[in-house]
Amino acid sequence: MSKRSIITIDGNEATASVAYRVNEVIAIYPITPSSGMGEFSDEWSAKGKLNIWGTSPHVIEMQSEGGAAGAVHGALQTGALTTTFTASQGLLLMIPNMYKIAGELTSTVFHIAARAIAAQGLSIYGDHQDVMATRQTGWAMLSSGSVQEAHDFAAISSSATLKSRVPFLHFFDGFRTSHEVTKIEPLTDDDLRAMIDMDTVQAHRARGLSPDHPVLRGTAQNPDVYFQGRETVNSYYAATPGIVQAEMDKFAGLTGRQYHLFDYTGHPQAERLMIIMGSGGETAETTVNYLAARGEKVGVVRVRLYRPLDIHAFVKALPQSVKSLAVLDRTKEPGSAGEPLYQDVLNALFETGRTDLKVIGGRYGLSSKEFTPAMAKAVFDELGKPNPKNHFTVGITDDVTHTSLIVDSAFSTEDPETVRCVFIGLGADGTVGANKNSIKIIGEETDNYAQGFFYYDSKKSGTLTQSHLRFGPQPIKAPYLIANNTANFVACHQFSFLERYDIVKFAQPGGVFLLNSIFSKEEVWDNLPVEVQQAIIDKKLKFYNINAYEVAEMTGMGSRVNTIMQTCFFAISGVLPREQAIAEIKHSIEKTYGKRGEAVVRKNFEAVDQTLAHLYEIPVPAKAESKLVMRARVPAEAPDFVKKTLGPIIALEGEEVPVSAMPVDGTFPTGTTQWEKRNIALEIPVWEPDLCIQCGKCVFVCPHAVIRHKVYGKDQLAAAPATFKHMDSKFKEFPGMAYSIQVAPEDCTGCTLCVEACPVKDKTQVGRKAINMAAQPALRESEAVNWDFFLNLPEVDRTAFNPNTIKNSQLLQPLFEFSGACAGCGETPYIKLVSQLFGDRTIVANATGCSSIYGGNLPTTPWAHNKQGRGPAWSNSLFEDNAEFGLGMRLTIDKQTEYARFLLKQLSAELGTLADDLLSANQADETGIQQQRERVALLKEKLAARTDPKSRDLLSLADILVKKSVWIIGGDGWAYDIGYGGLDHVMASGRNVNILVLDTEVYSNTGGQASKSTPRGAVAKFAMSGKGISKKDLGLIAMSYGYVYVARVAMGSSDQQTLRAFLEAEAFDGPSLIIAYSHCIAHGIDMAKGLDQQKLAVQSGHWPLYRYNPDLIAQGQNPLSIDSKEPSIPLEQYIYNETRYRMLVQSDEARAESLLKEAQGDIKNRWEYYQQMAAMHYGKGND
Amino acid sequence: MTDLTTRYLGLTLKNPLVAAASPLTKKLESAQKLDEAGVGAIVMYSLFEEQIIHESLELDHYLNRGSDSFAEALTYLPDTGAYNMGPGKYLDHLSAIKKAVSVPVIASLNGVSTGGWTRYARYMQDAGADALELNLYYLATDPDLPGLELENAQVELVANVKSAVSIPVSVKISPFVTSLPNFARRLKEAGADGLVLFNRFYQPDIDLETLEIVPSLVLSTSDELRLPLRWISILYGRVQTDLALSTGIHTATDTLKAMMAGARVAMLASEVLQNGYARIGDMLNTMTAWMEAHEYESIQQMQGSMSQQAVREPAAFERANYINVLSSYRNLP
Repeated sequence: MSKRSIITIDGNEATASVAYRVNEVIAIYPITPSSGMGEFSDEWSAKGKLNIWGTSPHVIEMQSEGGAAGAVHGALQTGALTTTFTASQGLLLMIPNMYKIAGELTSTVFHIAARAIAAQGLSIYGDHQDVMATRQTGWAMLSSGSVQEAHDFAAISSSATLKSRVPFLHFFDGFRTSHEVTKIEPLTDDDLRAMIDMDTVQAHRARGLSPDHPVLRGTAQNPDVYFQGRETVNSYYAATPGIVQAEMDKFAGLTGRQYHLFDYTGHPQAERLMIIMGSGGETAETTVNYLAARGEKVGVVRVRLYRPLDIHAFVKALPQSVKSLAVLDRTKEPGSAGEPLYQDVLNALFETGRTDLKVIGGRYGLSSKEFTPAMAKAVFDELGKPNPKNHFTVGITDDVTHTSLIVDSAFSTEDPETVRCVFIGLGADGTVGANKNSIKIIGEETDNYAQGFFYYDSKKSGTLTQSHLRFGPQPIKAPYLIANNTANFVACHQFSFLERYDIVKFAQPGGVFLLNSIFSKEEVWDNLPVEVQQAIIDKKLKFYNINAYEVAEMTGMGSRVNTIMQTCFFAISGVLPREQAIAEIKHSIEKTYGKRGEAVVRKNFEAVDQTLAHLYEIPVPAKAESKLVMRARVPAEAPDFVKKTLGPIIALEGEEVPVSAMPVDGTFPTGTTQWEKRNIALEIPVWEPDLCIQCGKCVFVCPHAVIRHKVYGKDQLAAAPATFKHMDSKFKEFPGMAYSIQVAPEDCTGCTLCVEACPVKDKTQVGRKAINMAAQPALRESEAVNWDFFLNLPEVDRTAFNPNTIKNSQLLQPLFEFSGACAGCGETPYIKLVSQLFGDRTIVANATGCSSIYGGNLPTTPWAHNKQGRGPAWSNSLFEDNAEFGLGMRLTIDKQTEYARFLLKQLSAELGTLADDLLSANQADETGIQQQRERVALLKEKLAARTDPKSRDLLSLADILVKKSVWIIGGDGWAYDIGYGGLDHVMASGRNVNILVLDTEVYSNTGGQASKSTPRGAVAKFAMSGKGISKKDLGLIAMSYGYVYVARVAMGSSDQQTLRAFLEAEAFDGPSLIIAYSHCIAHGIDMAKGLDQQKLAVQSGHWPLYRYNPDLIAQGQNPLSIDSKEPSIPLEQYIYNETRYRMLVQSDEARAESLLKEAQGDIKNRWEYYQQMAAMHYGKGND
Repeated sequence: MTDLTTRYLGLTLKNPLVAAASPLTKKLESAQKLDEAGVGAIVMYSLFEEQIIHESLELDHYLNRGSDSFAEALTYLPDTGAYNMGPGKYLDHLSAIKKAVSVPVIASLNGVSTGGWTRYARYMQDAGADALELNLYYLATDPDLPGLELENAQVELVANVKSAVSIPVSVKISPFVTSLPNFARRLKEAGADGLVLFNRFYQPDIDLETLEIVPSLVLSTSDELRLPLRWISILYGRVQTDLALSTGIHTATDTLKAMMAGARVAMLASEVLQNGYARIGDMLNTMTAWMEAHEYESIQQMQGSMSQQAVREPAAFERANYINVLSSYRNLP
């Protein structure tokens, strides 16, 4: 066999590269962590990459996974070789079609980056809960455990399905395998041609529906024959394991890589065995090899083909010497007799008469929980005990039901010849990208094996990234992170992380610690926290420092220190001769950035060239004497729950949280972001009272609720800190009072939207506004004290003013604060506004997406409550069902209100006028609501003293008598695509719900895939050549009902119209829909200019503002009010400020021009249409 | 028969009306219209190295921003990997225009780096340009930058470009030079085959309502002719290089004045932008008629005929003239 080439890629690309080449149609829907497979396919298709038959597959993005499965089913039924990629909830949505596809004996492979299922909480990380939920559908299930296997099994499953006619689910571990970058031997087109039997392809095609040989498939069958029909497929399933093994053997003949249905590794006389699937098998194998070499009689059977389960082949794979088995499932089935693989093994042993064996089952690795050799060893140790624990867990501390095994964390199988490196970077600095390049360089330019895995935190701004790299002369089978005290090389690319996280913990004694800091070689040691100094001394680390920011600044790299730190890594690690390393880095820069222009390559080259002159080894003193100390995880005054549960997560020590510290049902307290002081802003706004006109615009637009204003009694100022700023109130409602604007210095992201929104300019120096940015560090301490003082000033009485102006509305306390959204996010100001106007009586149904992630991702969450303990109650159901979820909430409120009123009437004799007052209350404004709250308080007091069942029941419902508001919130991916059917139905229901669509015109959360909201001409994933069709007009569809309140808003264009729309929508007693322009990082804009872009969007006519209020119809008025002026600027003046449009000009100018022209035409047509609608005469009755 | 031909940068042009660097050449069709309307040569719009760099860096910035930071969105924009980020688009367009028109095409370049100037100049030559116009558009704002230093740098870059290409090179300069004749001579000595007087700096404006600086594009008028006219007159004969008058050419009269002052060509753009391509033919006809009426045989006959060296009162072009002009203004408020 000739020497094969080597490539360094991740599991998604490895899988897609095969799937793409052996299919003709690919229908997908993005979902983490499988999105990469669809995106690669789309990119290849757009670039004309060919499959093994010489054409490019058709790749189509659908509106949901259910839709993708339907399209796949249709394509299969008509004979195309078809595939899809998905995970988690997406796979669950495919189940109905999966039954059909299997029932019809249809050849296909779905490739799954297996992921957790949303239960008590959503998780994007890997386990087998999703694939295990499909094991009953009749699909074959083939499990791969590494990037190479994912590549290989993609091919084996593709040929086996055609031979067997049984559809295949090929799955591998989400993130751990899908995102691990490693060195593999790629399969050539010839390999794939050799694997795919053309007779089976043609037979598949021949089974396709065609009017030229018509058949009928999909009948309805009845009790007489359905059962028999269901049994017809048995022989196909019986044949499948043999077919798979034959394909594996054929594959081995081609590549030399031999797989079996069940692969055994271990001691020839193994007595203790582990049974496992997926990447955990790699860990188990490594551990077994290590232990067996030391005489331990242990072994592992890796299950490859899980369905159809060939129990005879399984039992045959067990060594004769085996005495006990531990079956590990990466899934959880509460209430079952055991997890599925465990039960299958029991069944296999029972049916084959091997009842002599002791079998235990356990769970591991849920949501990418680490599964390390130490954990594998703990399992073997448990098996060695006379009475091993059954139904155990490994990898967590279960201090409630005590299922967990004790793990010796010091146990390691790391090969001493393998080099282990951990890099801690800031999201924006390019660390991960550089490390992906480094792994490619090491993997492809040296004889070393190499592996890279990357871990991200849960915020979207100021994020921390971890890169775990291994390389060395031996194959690397280590699908787990580099453990504490085992890294040869640790780099911290962001100095400020040192005060928050224990980073040096990764380093092994005698290792290297590289730091990027703003300090010189003389200053840096003294500026380390004492704990870090001590760890460096104790571990005898070699310590290097570079001021990469300075090098980046000098060379035009801005905040991206990636190539600089990468150069340091190669220089220090010596993995390649220095000259060669630099040449390879430059080659890789050219490859990565060459197409973006010479200037980009040049600045990166310069950064590389300047690096080594700024890199210094720092002498390490014998004593740690720094006066600086690491910061506490959370402030001392934080509640216990925050300290015990959230604090460790904040400090990246979430692994230590025991089961007892977690809520049993996924219920968390609100208002926890206040305890996570992230200090990510380099600059923060500073208020200048001498210029301020108290308009409140800065407060209104702040995406993070970090700038607020208040009016308060001047007597409060007596206790004010020295630097606290104030002025006289200019509010007509609050004469003689004091006024302040205050910034939360440690929560601000430095996005500058407030400065952009400030309308005031100093007459002597117009560059100075009433809000200006200034460096944060010098202000941090004093402003933190001022912020605390400000928060403790009394909130303004909600009944004392009308919130119908911007300045007044912003006196309302935001109950959505300090979210982890991108700095300058265009969505969050709208959400914050809801929380201010209605938050103390609101329930939120939040669709999965950006808003559910920055709204509900641990550790801390931004939905908050006021001093009375009231605030939005929030929940996320799914992506696709959010409108229905919110409607359900409304139904509860309506029903409970009805029942409470019923009880009130029944108890009216006892309650007297209070009952009447409660029943007839006018709650149209804050005063009315406040009065009702007082009545409810009185009611509760009265009811508490009563013992009759009706009173007890009414007491449990009393709060419902205060008006409640339901807000259904989500993005355009939900509203326009996956959730549209539900949204439509909920609008049609006529029920009183408020729907807020945060329209970014793209799937933002999953990385910029096109939605039906994406405008014509914009480039997005799955619309790489610019979307060729126009944006769906959701508002127009909603208006067609005639009884739905509809508004289209853009706060950057008209904050007052936005405010008015929110107030009207909530007041409207029926369904309301607000479509809110939300500028987004995925638009490729300077986020500080987001509000300007909103203005231009409106001026160009791309985003006309309007309100459609059905209440006006009854008054004989036209319900549609167009709130923006006729388009006054050409569309290009708006769109070409955005990379999503501009990149099309750069890649295909002619198409860009043509789409621009068409889009300009769209604007004209829509404007004229709206004008006609707004001009229609609505007479009263028969007028 | 009146002879309108002129020699400029070693090229023989059928007449001295040359389309100045302007948006008129952004589209192939408009360049063709200029040709059809009768211009003697076409100067392409300027290739700005700074803009190319800016676009590259901007694309890079937005493709990188937010990437590899959040597990669900490792990127936010698809990287198509195929962008026309360099000078390719300009060069392709230059080649296309060159093929589509009958008159010489002069490429215009504004660089920022030494390497950029020479590299792009070579690319333009290779793309078929008949000559180059170096657009020295640089606004000195640093009080620490002495004028001489700036002039030296500009002279050096002209020399560098000249050594990099074999086609003729003209230099478009600004009027804001302490000693223009000296600077002009130095450019000539560095190899400039021609000088274009002058570059028009687009002046920003102030919006009183928004208190913002706004870009403002004001097209030229015939009144602006005077400044280059004076300097062409002064330079003619003193600096042995071809002179082109750019700015303020709107009529046949303007063109004739330019020729008499000593220009080899008169460049226009605003007039066409305002009043259409037909103006070129009108101007040429009027010029011919005037020349016939005044018995001029050729354009070359009149070139430099009213330069400072050729007139009876050279001082009229110098400072003393200022006093005369002011004292001749009678309409005092």
